[in-house]
Amino acid sequence: MSDPKPNELIEKIDYNPPQKGWMDVPVKIRKGMYCYASNPKSVEYVHLPHARPWNPLEEDWKLPDNWKEIVHNAFRERLDKFRSFKVFMDICVRCGACADKCHFFIGTGDPKNMPVLRAELLRSVYRNDFTAAGKILGKVAGARELTLDVLKEWWYYFFQCTECRRCSVFCPYGIDTAEITIMAREIFNLLGLNIDWIATPIANCYRTGNHLGIQPHAFKEMIEFFVDDIEEKTGVKVEPSFNKKGADILFVTPSGDVFADPGTYTAMGYLMLFHYLKEQGLNVTWSTYASEGGNFGFFTSHEMMKRLNAKMYAEAKRLGVKWILGGECGHMWRVINQYMDTMNGPADFLEEPVSPITGTKFTNAKSTKMVHLSEFTADLIYHNKLKLDKSRNDSLIVTYHDSCNPARGMGLFDEPRYVINSVCNHFHDMPRNTIREQTFCCGSGSGLNAGEDTELRLCGGLPRANAVKHVHEKFGVNMLATICAIDRAALPPLMNYWVPGVGVTGLTEMVANALIMPGEAERTTNLRGEPLSGMEE
Amino acid sequence: MNVKYMFSLVAVILLFLLAYVGVEAAGLQVLFGIVIPYAALIVFIIGVINRVIGWARSPVPFRIPSTCGQQRSLPWIKASELDNPFTTPGVVARMFLEILFFRSLFRNTKSKLGQGPKIYFSLEMWLWLGALAFHWSFLTVIVRHLRLFTEPVPFWIGLLEKADGFFQVGVPGIFLSGVVLLAAVFYLFLRRVIIPQVNYVSLSQDFFPLFLIFGIAFTGILMRHFAKIDVIGAKQLAMGLVTFHPTIPQGIGGIFYVHIFFVSVLLAYFPFSKLMHMGGIFMSPTRNLSCNTRAVRHINPWNYPVETHTYEEYEEEFREKMIEAGLPVEKE
Repeated sequence: MSDPKPNELIEKIDYNPPQKGWMDVPVKIRKGMYCYASNPKSVEYVHLPHARPWNPLEEDWKLPDNWKEIVHNAFRERLDKFRSFKVFMDICVRCGACADKCHFFIGTGDPKNMPVLRAELLRSVYRNDFTAAGKILGKVAGARELTLDVLKEWWYYFFQCTECRRCSVFCPYGIDTAEITIMAREIFNLLGLNIDWIATPIANCYRTGNHLGIQPHAFKEMIEFFVDDIEEKTGVKVEPSFNKKGADILFVTPSGDVFADPGTYTAMGYLMLFHYLKEQGLNVTWSTYASEGGNFGFFTSHEMMKRLNAKMYAEAKRLGVKWILGGECGHMWRVINQYMDTMNGPADFLEEPVSPITGTKFTNAKSTKMVHLSEFTADLIYHNKLKLDKSRNDSLIVTYHDSCNPARGMGLFDEPRYVINSVCNHFHDMPRNTIREQTFCCGSGSGLNAGEDTELRLCGGLPRANAVKHVHEKFGVNMLATICAIDRAALPPLMNYWVPGVGVTGLTEMVANALIMPGEAERTTNLRGEPLSGMEE
Repeated sequence: MNVKYMFSLVAVILLFLLAYVGVEAAGLQVLFGIVIPYAALIVFIIGVINRVIGWARSPVPFRIPSTCGQQRSLPWIKASELDNPFTTPGVVARMFLEILFFRSLFRNTKSKLGQGPKIYFSLEMWLWLGALAFHWSFLTVIVRHLRLFTEPVPFWIGLLEKADGFFQVGVPGIFLSGVVLLAAVFYLFLRRVIIPQVNYVSLSQDFFPLFLIFGIAFTGILMRHFAKIDVIGAKQLAMGLVTFHPTIPQGIGGIFYVHIFFVSVLLAYFPFSKLMHMGGIFMSPTRNLSCNTRAVRHINPWNYPVETHTYEEYEEEFREKMIEAGLPVEKE
């Protein structure tokens, strides 16, 4: 199936809800809008229940016989374990403030993509099963029974939420749809109903240490390939170390960065930055075991998140490092910032992070002991520890996409902007309603960046792309900088589709291009092999 | 015709008739003036406590505030203590603004898809204004009513009344709060009917409290300005209730009983409905927690050990390949 043209997609958007009430509109699982079912082998590998081949388009999902009981009990268990879930089930007043805050609603017009209605899909069953009013008054009280169609509707729409939390910013009670989606997906996983774009990366990550299933020797080879590439472009041979005991710092980044363009240029950037700082006392190691910063377990269940995340501290302990430095990744940083220490801490075998170059104590990370590369780099630049030639990035007119999770699950806004402004001369932010805490998702987060749901991703990415288009037309922006590996994978096709002529880059790629390496040959091209400005032939 | 609001409207009309006929025709003053108000209050108090305890019983396993401003990181980067509070005073300030001024709702925008395509965002203040007007005027009305439950009446209630009746229109003077409350309820109703998306997500339980509160305000204004009931009798009844010496004074009139019956229904309905957002807003983990999770470890009371894939297992599987690639291993 070929993807629809942009104007076809726009024409499809109709914000007028149907005549029939939403409970009476049955779900239609449509091609292009859903992801394939989980591969049973992957589900089995991590010992999750009810692994089987199944197909969302088929009538029979081959559910366990007692699936309703499983759902009911799982629902109750989560109400008892998570105050967030319980409060969010109870207090929504359906004011509708969240409705047009969701990128999927803006991009599809489907009313069930309004955060309020997405949550009501669960809430209706909650009322039926757990509240007196719902039990007595039934549909009048907005309650409905759990049926197979309801379950399918849940599945369809909770895999049309990227857990970006934009709605939670606008909700007067802070109701967070991500939290509700997380619970729904936990329940799906008890029935073996994951999507494969999550299930298989998880199995890979569990086994090989990274989502892409890169085995240790291959991981090293891939990075050595970057080493050659860097030497070719800069004349400097960088020497990364792997699984090195006695290093001061463990570096963990999403495996997407070593796998595909343009993330690979960001990975080269990391290598160059670390090499540059070596003489000043940076002793950093990569790990093939903890070779994944991202955590698709987060899109499966809290337990799976914990199981995958455990490797970071375990490896830090084994190697005897002092603290951990984290690369550019979105949901990875929500997990590190809001979950890791709670789940897998206390990290009392590590030390409070101190930059070996500037002596800055990262007191904000004194318990988790993990620092974001943007914090680290911003500190270096602030203390004049990097020799930078901004003009090398002169061909770029840059804007910055705040990735959802570092934005709304951390508040990392000014560090990356400081870095960008230090390494390039032309930076323009997108309009205020589309950046910082109000940033729009790339449309592919939370495990939805598969190929088969391209239409969904293009719809969901429309608000983001549209804001880029605005600065593209106004300031001639031609490069979208970001600090998320999923962004680096998802945004290039999105830009190609909605705003041709805008590329995508990681932050550290731009830093590395501007970085004047000691002993470098004359730099004529950037890391992508494109001529630097003034060097065109 | 929208069945969702018709159901609630009919329910409120029936409640009106029930109380009015009950008092005027059946002489059930004791039931509507004493028994039901007491019962409703008990249901309200026990119900609300129950609900809040129910929430409190579920732990907060993870610290998941929505960070809506710059984090505290490097000393030279200005952190937003209000939108990304690192400390407890910051959280208190954030909650204060949320609860009293609906700060998150203040952010509200409206998006529009225009030609191009181009998505436009505009500030949308009406919901915020309507909500503020509604809640603050309702609070003012409730506080004003304390005049009926206190003897002597505290001076500050007199002050509030003076401020509320500032415009000195009519005799007795119109209270601004009553008019604003009616108007705000009407606005909140209208937007539920008119805005297609809001209408689509609305349930009958979203209309019911609106009609009920409209009924309360309406009967109140009716009594003060049109039906002109015996205020001294009303105060006698109210004082009887709060001093636990309930009495039924003669000749207060059916509308008064409808008024307190509506209030009773609202009280009894409260704990079982979305009106509990009044309590829930204090408990929302995306707002009421400090954002210092990397500096201070948050404890999950039910944190349990999980199955992981250890380094040893990993090396066991890949040892040969690792050695061949020159990667260090634990066991040669």
